[in-house]
Amino acid sequence: MKKPEFLEILQARLSTLPVPDLEERLDFYAESINDRMEDGLTEEQAVAALGSPDDIVAQILSDIPLTRLIKEKVRPKRRRSTLTITLIAVGSPIWLSLAIAALAVILSLYAALWSVVIALWATFAALVSGGFGGLVGGIGFAVGGQLLPGLALLAAGLTCAGLAILLFFGCKTATRGTAILAKRIVLGIKFAFVRKENKK
Amino acid sequence: MDIQLKRGLLDVCVLTAIRNEESYGYKILKDIKPYLEMSESTLYTILKRLEGADMLTVRSAEHEGRLRKYYRITPKGRERIEEFKKEWREVVSIYRFITKEDTEQ
Repeated sequence: MKKPEFLEILQARLSTLPVPDLEERLDFYAESINDRMEDGLTEEQAVAALGSPDDIVAQILSDIPLTRLIKEKVRPKRRRSTLTITLIAVGSPIWLSLAIAALAVILSLYAALWSVVIALWATFAALVSGGFGGLVGGIGFAVGGQLLPGLALLAAGLTCAGLAILLFFGCKTATRGTAILAKRIVLGIKFAFVRKENKK
Repeated sequence: MDIQLKRGLLDVCVLTAIRNEESYGYKILKDIKPYLEMSESTLYTILKRLEGADMLTVRSAEHEGRLRKYYRITPKGRERIEEFKKEWREVVSIYRFITKEDTEQ
């Protein structure tokens, strides 16, 4: 791939970025390609050394906060006419509620995802306290002379403790998995914003 | 590696690459390459962050008929390097404590 093609791809894929920011980044990559060519690489080699445009775009997007991407997207490129402003104002009962609904869906998805993790940890906490209570209670009963209920309670406590240990690993894996999934969702939303922009 | 730890390390690596004389993007990458692999995108983010924190200044100068950006360290950037060295002396002493038993056996 030659330098102009590489820079054009980046420009198209990153068009949601603020213009000065985008230009500065493109200059940075252009300078790096030129310096590599001065160092003896061919144009193709110099471009290839920077990595694939896909990877670069993904990394840049994951470095930028989602709120900034949305703000840039919402900000009008040209001045809006009176008619557009009127239409936006008149249509606000519709689009505003739709926007709020969309936001609520995303938020509830997030909440649902994390509540599973919270529920798992709560179960873990319950099992730990159950195990502890069973051990203490069982020993208490046994010392007090009631051997049979004491043993039963002790057994229940040990079962709880065993389950708690098993569940601990499950909880840890679920937390890590959810964190990765949540990150992917945010990245997915960011990509959706950029793609839409490119179609125009 | 822990992400906070790595970020701090990368910042100081870039500052060190411009400690003695001002430098430009590709040269910074070449200078730190023997020690760690860094992509252009990562370097850009770090340079921006350091510029925002007043640890370096940027100027554009002509080179072979094109513009090249040069980065120069500020007193605050030098302070950061010294601070880092102090922090790491502590980390090294903790490391010695952690690995003490390994060497004694």
